Amino acid sequence: MHHSIEIRNLSFQYPDGHLALSQVDLTISPGEKAALVGPNGAGKSTLLLHLNGILQGQGEVRVCGLDLRDKKNLPKVRGMVGLVFQNPDDQLFSPTVYDDVAFGPLYQGLPLEEVERRVQAALAAVHMEAYAQRVSHHLSVGEKKRISIATVLSMQPEVLVLDEPTAGLDPRARRNLIHLLAELDMTMLVSTHDMHLVRELFPRMIIMDQGRIIADGKTEELLKDTVLLETHGLEAP
Amino acid sequence: MHVHYLDPYQPRHSPIHNLDSRVKLALALAYLLSTSLTPAGAWASYILLAAILLSAERLSDLPFSYFLRRAILALPFIFAALPLPLTTPGHIVAEFSLGGLSLRVSAEGLIRSASIALKFWLSIQMAVLLTVSTPFPELLQALRALRVPRLLVAIFGLTWRYLFVFADEALRLMRARSARSGQHPQGGYRSGRTLAWRAQVTGSMAGSLFLRALERSERIYMAMLARGYDGEVRMKPLPPLPIAQSIFLWIGIGILTLIAALGHFLTRLG
Ligand SMILES: Nc1ncnc2c1ncn2[C@@H]1O[C@H](COP(=O)(O)OP(=O)(O)O)[C@@H](O)[C@H]1O
Ligand SMILES: [Mg+2]
Repeated sequence: MHHSIEIRNLSFQYPDGHLALSQVDLTISPGEKAALVGPNGAGKSTLLLHLNGILQGQGEVRVCGLDLRDKKNLPKVRGMVGLVFQNPDDQLFSPTVYDDVAFGPLYQGLPLEEVERRVQAALAAVHMEAYAQRVSHHLSVGEKKRISIATVLSMQPEVLVLDEPTAGLDPRARRNLIHLLAELDMTMLVSTHDMHLVRELFPRMIIMDQGRIIADGKTEELLKDTVLLETHGLEAP
Repeated sequence: MHVHYLDPYQPRHSPIHNLDSRVKLALALAYLLSTSLTPAGAWASYILLAAILLSAERLSDLPFSYFLRRAILALPFIFAALPLPLTTPGHIVAEFSLGGLSLRVSAEGLIRSASIALKFWLSIQMAVLLTVSTPFPELLQALRALRVPRLLVAIFGLTWRYLFVFADEALRLMRARSARSGQHPQGGYRSGRTLAWRAQVTGSMAGSLFLRALERSERIYMAMLARGYDGEVRMKPLPPLPIAQSIFLWIGIGILTLIAALGHFLTRLG
């Protein structure tokens, strides 16, 4: 198994004609943690939605060595990639928090004791054990965000794809999330505007703007280039 | 994430798209009226009506195939007109028996059935043309301008809006589910579990859908209240109709009236 992400010459156009990705090339090695940054509308979410086949554009996307153009690979890929949508209302679909966190492992057909163990562990990881029986869509935005992350942690994915995970979190929840992500040993691609998070957690940084990759390199070096950052609507931490 | 495919409007910059929505609505209604008032068998009138329709479609910058596909909506009405040749009394042109049932086809019935099919086909295409070339909110304004009661227009508008809220919400739920419907990486487990379990998940999703759509429309309503909504929909008043457009409107209505009258005249003669 190589838990990598390989994207070759990927372009994507929304049905209304808007070109959201154009000729994107990106390779993330197994176990690597990379941050995806760029202004609103840069195409970050669009790119991330390609990583488990929710969107399909022109070009090649391979995750863990599996080609996503082949529909037969989708169930496998979806078992290995934990994708957390930017908007938690796009993530949660079950009546209660427990049902939502249990869905992934249940769908995979795991035995019930194992499902139970994973749900407890995932809720504990985001410090939301007390919320198991709450109605998901009545929670606050920050709470929903944490539950959303738990819904993929319970699947124990090999690749973690998070879309602006710290947006809307209070400082303590954000701190906890940073600790959690630091401990997890997975391939990670995380889009964010939180440059402190990038500096602390991600050795590699990819800057996107207008559907293209503008820069891709070592975080500490890119963060020094204030002109580059400012040109693309970013701020050095 | 938005549902686009429900919305028939196709943005273009054609002469039809640029026509004032009031003129378009009034002319489309006049066309429907004229088509339905033209008597059966007035073929000359039908040809003129079809010519008007085809030129308007041509001008709209959308391919004919687009209208033909949407005109499939007329099929149920056309099927309803199919038995007419058998049931209308008149001059018998063909006779055959089907499993002991003797069927007589009358000329009058054939003419009526063909005319009705043609009328529906033309009318549906005109309605399609109106909705693809006019954004729905403008259509609502045009309805108001033609003195359709305010409450009725508000109901049309809200129905339209909530249809999208609902479809949007359904799309999100289904996408969220498929994103996490995966196989265990090592295999050896039955992915998808059981049919009963999946049915149960779908059932509870349907429940969530209603609740969430309801709550989302509540939030939209609160946002409307917060911006001063008091139960009355106010729209930006439309500017007076430019003189050229109103001349065009009256000429159009005149021509459509003449076509219907011509139809009556011809069938009297014949
Ligand atoms: N469903 C959609 N239909 C049309 N355009 C969209 C849709 N979703 C996003 N876009 C457009 O695509 C571009 C990229 O959006 P997105 O990937 O969400 O950006 P980011 O996540 O970097 O803020 C934006 O210009 C946005 O307006
Ligand atoms: Mg985004």
